[in-house]
Amino acid sequence: MLQLIVNRCLQGLLTLVLASIIIFAATEILPGDVAEAILGQNRNDAAALEALREELGLNRPAIVRYFDWFFGILQGDLGVSLSTDRPIADMMSGRIWNTARLAIMTACVAIPLALILGLISAIRAGGVLDKSLAVTTLSLIAVPEFFIGLGLMTIFAVELKWLGANANIRPYYDFGRIVHAMALPVMTLGFAVLAHMLRMTRASVINIFTSPYIEMAVLKGIPKRRIVMRHALPNALSPIFAVIALNLAYMVSGVIIVETIFAVPGLSRLLIDGVALRDIPLIQACAMLFGAVYIVVNLLADIFSIIFNPRLRFPK
Amino acid sequence: MSDVADKPSASKGLKSLRLTPTASIAGIILIFWILVAFFGPALAPYGEAEIIGESFGPIGGEGILGTDKLGRDILTRLLYGVRTTLFLALITTVISFVVGVVLGFSAAILRGWFDICISRLVEAFMAFPSTMLALVVIGAMGTSITVLIMTVGLVLSIGVFRVSRAIGMDISVMDYVESARARGEGVWWIITREVLPNAMPPLIAEFGLRFTFSILFLSGLSFLGLGVQEPAADWGLMVQENMGGIFLGSSSALIPAACIASLTICMNLIVDWFQQRQQGETVLEKME
Amino acid sequence: MTDVLSIEDLWVEGRPPGGKYKPIVKGVSFNVKKGEVVALIGESGSGKSTISLASMGFARPGCRISAGTIKVNGENVMDMTTKERHKLRGEKVAYVAQSAAASFNPAIKIGDQVIEAPVFHGLQTASEATEVAVDLYKKLDLPDADRIGGRYPHQVSGGQLQRLMAAMALSCGPDLLILDEPTTALDVTTQIEVLKAFKDIIREQNTAAIYVTHDLAVVAQVADRILVLNGGEVQELGDTDQIVHNPAHEYTKTLMNAVRPAPNQLELDHKTGDDDPAPILTASNITAGYGSGPSKKTILRDVTVDVPEGSVVGVIGESGCGKSTLARVIAGLTPQWEGEVTITGHKANPRVEKRDKETLRDCQIVFQMADTALNPRQRISDLLGRPLQFYHGLKGKEKADRVAELLELVELPAAFASRFPGELSGGQKQRVNLARSLAANPKLVLCDEVTSALDTVVAASVIDLLQDLKERLGLSYMFISHDLSTVASFADHIVVLYAGRVVEKGLSSQVFQPPYHPYTQLLLNSVPEMRQGWLEEVATTDEAKAASAGSVELREVGCPFSNRCAKAIKGVCETKTPPLRKIETGHEIACHLETDVLPK
Ligand SMILES: Nc1ncnc2c1ncn2[C@@H]1O[C@H](COP(=O)(O)OP(=O)(O)O)[C@@H](O)[C@H]1O
Ligand code: SF4
Ligand SMILES: [Mg+2]
Repeated sequence: MLQLIVNRCLQGLLTLVLASIIIFAATEILPGDVAEAILGQNRNDAAALEALREELGLNRPAIVRYFDWFFGILQGDLGVSLSTDRPIADMMSGRIWNTARLAIMTACVAIPLALILGLISAIRAGGVLDKSLAVTTLSLIAVPEFFIGLGLMTIFAVELKWLGANANIRPYYDFGRIVHAMALPVMTLGFAVLAHMLRMTRASVINIFTSPYIEMAVLKGIPKRRIVMRHALPNALSPIFAVIALNLAYMVSGVIIVETIFAVPGLSRLLIDGVALRDIPLIQACAMLFGAVYIVVNLLADIFSIIFNPRLRFPK
Repeated sequence: MSDVADKPSASKGLKSLRLTPTASIAGIILIFWILVAFFGPALAPYGEAEIIGESFGPIGGEGILGTDKLGRDILTRLLYGVRTTLFLALITTVISFVVGVVLGFSAAILRGWFDICISRLVEAFMAFPSTMLALVVIGAMGTSITVLIMTVGLVLSIGVFRVSRAIGMDISVMDYVESARARGEGVWWIITREVLPNAMPPLIAEFGLRFTFSILFLSGLSFLGLGVQEPAADWGLMVQENMGGIFLGSSSALIPAACIASLTICMNLIVDWFQQRQQGETVLEKME
Repeated sequence: MTDVLSIEDLWVEGRPPGGKYKPIVKGVSFNVKKGEVVALIGESGSGKSTISLASMGFARPGCRISAGTIKVNGENVMDMTTKERHKLRGEKVAYVAQSAAASFNPAIKIGDQVIEAPVFHGLQTASEATEVAVDLYKKLDLPDADRIGGRYPHQVSGGQLQRLMAAMALSCGPDLLILDEPTTALDVTTQIEVLKAFKDIIREQNTAAIYVTHDLAVVAQVADRILVLNGGEVQELGDTDQIVHNPAHEYTKTLMNAVRPAPNQLELDHKTGDDDPAPILTASNITAGYGSGPSKKTILRDVTVDVPEGSVVGVIGESGCGKSTLARVIAGLTPQWEGEVTITGHKANPRVEKRDKETLRDCQIVFQMADTALNPRQRISDLLGRPLQFYHGLKGKEKADRVAELLELVELPAAFASRFPGELSGGQKQRVNLARSLAANPKLVLCDEVTSALDTVVAASVIDLLQDLKERLGLSYMFISHDLSTVASFADHIVVLYAGRVVEKGLSSQVFQPPYHPYTQLLLNSVPEMRQGWLEEVATTDEAKAASAGSVELREVGCPFSNRCAKAIKGVCETKTPPLRKIETGHEIACHLETDVLPK
């Protein structure tokens, strides 16, 4: 089993390296380079361009620059932003917390809720509750996030004035104020991930229902609730872990629209700024961070799946 | 079993579809929007970009559904917009399927190095949120329709690759594929004649889901200002333009958003019905 | 005596997903008394499992019990509430399924699953139940009875798992035990130990039992009475002795006639292998397996097989011994790592993609499951037409005519050309599967378990067809099967494969007559016989006991059979690989024993 986990970790590392190559290659292939970006209006001045390239080390071969950049990242050096001249790590540190707060608050609400409702739905499969949950979640998944966001905002912030529409948290906010401000973005993001996780939980469990060992349990006179919890769930863990991981990654890196609607100064907004200002080092750093989050949470999900699988835990 | 098997009875039109009420309603709404896509502009009371009154006019005012930020008729723009929305979603989904299915099936059948390389690469791409990928490419290459279509098509094809590789893997170990290999058939025959026909039901469902996702994705990009550009009418774009109106009590952003939702929800309901139809009941479902 | 179960005029209906309900059990009545074993026999689809499940008030998804009374201990199951039915299942009636491997939950320890029903239904506390379970393990001859409950299902062998399932069923002390094909998925050698354990424990606990099977010889060993079913209707009900020796109903007679005699009871004329024609296929010194790198798994080691022109070479051995792998190597689907395949005198490339059309055409492979071997989305005309076009360039009318001819050849109506495989029965599909290989006009056909998934009667007709085709078309076959009786009645030469090595080969008359390789002897003795009392006799032999101690192990050195061989020579057999040794012309055995001490 340890062997498997180590293998899986190495695989994750490989993916991370590949991802970094993709990022680097993409910024390399795209038209224009850092020097042109810095010079902006004056980019047609060939001499200045050349001098700047020399100064920034852009004339070295791409491979060398890649390793330079990659090892920098490994040591925590994300580079310096072109647009602000500040170290990117500094720019990110404040933002990470905004993004993380949204992700953690959402995860705390959505994951348990999704698991519980998904299991209830599976236990009551085919019943009224299950059917209405099915239609609700199906619709929630299909609704654009901005519709949910704007809809909630219209109702709760504009009409009823119960909750805040701006989730830019100031340091002096107390807990109540934070909840007031964060409620709407958490709900918006939560609906989407909740629906997805709920459906997958239900589907993973239902998928097990066709196994002969479930029929066996039925023939032992075990009632439905116990069959779902004791016989089906332990065998459905792996896909459930996977979907949780996917959604966790999404809560960190897929929240551009939520951050935009509710003016959350998070990492996605930073990335958008980077793209708008052609701040290549900033884009690279953001992309790398998102990629790393995805790879790490998926790695964790796989490791949990391995640990919870008796076949792998107790080999023959 | 005796040596005689039943012939399945011939299907009888609509009845054999076994539509559920939900699926029927969803189907009707979808057909409605498709008809609008064909005839919408002819029905529109005004021109696509024609300014007919004040900005953020109320429902039932100048325009039946009100006016937008610039005072254009919402209804007219909705009728024009459905075309753009559906067309873009369709063409990007088709592109993603052509690319994703061909690569996915090839990987599943050829296995070996081809599979390893391409799967690893795709896995690495999966690590990036799709919006970010699109954001970076479109940000660098500009916001032309071609760039938009190609970018979204390729981004979507990552997911299609994964799904079709999995489907292809399942089918390619079937004995009939082995039989074809033993006969000496080439890869092309195996993909088109042995694997594809058997992959159709899950692929059709997947197409529906990707189509929905494409609509959502494109409207999200429009919402971020990276999608279809003014003055063309696109539902996602309409939401973005009129978002400010929310605080003025105007529903001009919510109406197009609701239209998108109606389209995607119906599409999902149809796919769900299609998938349900393929499977029977399980032991537990009939327990009580 | 009281009836534990009485079923009267039972009707069960079933439907395909979305289709209409049709009756699948039609007015069946019978009863089971205390301590009695009633066997339900019939072909697949005759409603055996459906009836036995109905006695627990259960109908599989897509089925429903539409009429009749089912009484367990005099209480009508159909009138019960859900709660009462749960109690019935957990306390009164217990079920043993066909595949224990699939019916044990892979995520829960065996012991916990065994005691779940009595503990959950409040019959016993967990520790009481565990005591009862350990007792049952001992009675069922399971090794390490005190600790086996702490293991997970994947950690024990198939035969043990099947017995553990019996323990699970008996743990609640049921009044009625239902055994649904409990040994069908096992190899003959494993079947004996399991069958014996089942029989003993049923006698010992004096429970009533329903035993479902399609194997008449097995029934003869365990049942008191037999109920013969066909198409959901009772054909005949009588004492085992009467049904086996003196069947009254026509259908029962057909079933009995389709049973082939055990190979060691066959009259084989003794000839020697001097005058064999030149081989049409030679596979020499094949070493092959799956995977690469650390997950590399070698299956076949140094296997050499010849198929003389115009003959049938039977390949026998338990499942997992590499029979299918051998066929795949010859067909080029699993390229060998070492060795050479020669087809009609030409060296064949290991990879199917690189073989020329003639080689491909001359050697055709037919897979076991016609269900999966025929593309469900192609019509029969396309399935048969493709090889015609591919190998012979036939088109249009010519092709259609030849398709009709092929269908006629396998005794199917020409109208089938326009059907899809899903519209044919199992036997018909297997005929189409055969016809497709014949479309190439091959010289050699590799048949991998082509009759294993078929019912006895249908299988017999397919064998007759193969025999007939061989004579008419001058074909040669490599016929792979784990069913010795079928092979014995059909093959000229036999290759016995064990754990990836050839342990014996020769003419059928040589292999099926002494001297035997110890493994061949075990195989032959394990084939169930109709004779009552056979089971007790065979289960107590040293050979059977030694064989049940181990399972098939692929090993690099030593005799592959050494962990199960009653005659193994300590210190020699497990370290030195015995080479194939000539016994007489054409007959070779790989064993360290001297010829005169080989089993007789
Ligand atoms: N594709 C495969 N990959 C890995 N192992 C396999 C594969 N196919 C078969 N095996 C293994 O090879 C062994 C021999 O299998 P097989 O040739 O099918 O034997 P048989 O036909 O005699 O039952 C078994 O242990 C089986 O698990
Ligand atoms: S070599 Fe030894 S272990 Fe193998 S069959 Fe002969 S006696 Fe038994
Ligand atoms: Mg096999």
